[in-house]
Amino acid sequence: MKVAVPVDDKNMETSVCMSFGRAPYFMIYDTDTKEHSFLDNSAADSPGGAGIKAAQTIVDHHVDVLLTPRCGENAAGVIKAAGIDLYKTEPQSAIDNINALVIGKLSSLNDIHPGFHSRKGR
Amino acid sequence: MNIAILSGKGGTGKTLLAVNLAAIAGDAVYIDCDVEEPNGHLFFKPKSIKTETVAVKIPAVDDELCTGCRICVDFCRFNALAYIADRLAVFEQICHSCGGCTLLCPEAALREEDRIVGRIEEGFSGSVKVYSGILNTGEASGIPIIKRLLNLSKKERPGLCLIDCPPGSACIVMETIRDADYCVLVAEPTLFGVHNLNLVYELVSLFDKPFGVVLNKCLEGEENPSEKFCLEKVITILGHLAFDHELGVINSKALVAARERKRYSALFSTLLASVLKEAQHEAVVNP
Repeated sequence: MKVAVPVDDKNMETSVCMSFGRAPYFMIYDTDTKEHSFLDNSAADSPGGAGIKAAQTIVDHHVDVLLTPRCGENAAGVIKAAGIDLYKTEPQSAIDNINALVIGKLSSLNDIHPGFHSRKGR
Repeated sequence: MNIAILSGKGGTGKTLLAVNLAAIAGDAVYIDCDVEEPNGHLFFKPKSIKTETVAVKIPAVDDELCTGCRICVDFCRFNALAYIADRLAVFEQICHSCGGCTLLCPEAALREEDRIVGRIEEGFSGSVKVYSGILNTGEASGIPIIKRLLNLSKKERPGLCLIDCPPGSACIVMETIRDADYCVLVAEPTLFGVHNLNLVYELVSLFDKPFGVVLNKCLEGEENPSEKFCLEKVITILGHLAFDHELGVINSKALVAARERKRYSALFSTLLASVLKEAQHEAVVNP
């Protein structure tokens, strides 16, 4: 099973990034081979639609599960359309979250927020 | 002449001023560009309304023709397109209607479709022509409606147009003051009021627009931080409106104060004269 997590740093001790779309990196971890890699998130500095672009990156890497503290509706639309499962992270390191997922200790992410798009009216 | 009325926050008295100045001018045009919550029409109650819808262009994909090359996905700087599970997905609310994706598609699999985002109502209240821009609930941007409003009202020139702006100093306000010949900033007599006045002051300065300030809700004998700000920055003060209970009551009944009481018609006449004098002076000095 291939798992993706938005992370703050490119190391195995890294914390989970609070933002999915604008996370600097994604950790990709294969729970079968225990291999891992880090991806730069090219969406991090997008003027808009970062969640969609970040989700596209996740989809393109053929991930099975995405672990994230929260997810906007546009990103969730992409992730779900690709058949990727969404789980909510707990306040612990990325790898601890992955281990928690493996033993079935994480719950699926259901509270999809409407996004933090910059409002143009004000 | 286009006179835009703006403020850094809501509730300072933009609509009060714009509506009453237009009513006093009589042969004038009132344009409500506060498309997220237009309320000028509540005061004017315009008659013989003509409505037109406002649409934006969004891409629509023909799945049969799309080969999944992703040229459009990579091109869109707003990331309004994604390619998932062998299909192109369009995020309509993210799309800025630039049309680039349809131009670039090598398979001609994309075409532009209309998506209605709001409407414009045009009517009369006495001799005042009233335009209202109305953005549909849930839409992200009112700019297409403002563009259409200001384009439509071009035919009213060279008459006097009073443009009721959205609050704040964001893109939507920039769009609204683009063609303004003069800007009137409305400010409250509080520290928060000064902060918000400064936002629009910086905006009109950046756009190099001639402007003056109307100080609203003034309390006699009380310190007015916004007035102090104007004096320090040597900003023209066009007039003062008192924190007036009767004016508040008339306004809360959605009546046009200048049409209801002699003293308010006198007050807004003086204010209109002051605004026009400054605006015309600017037009001569800095054409």
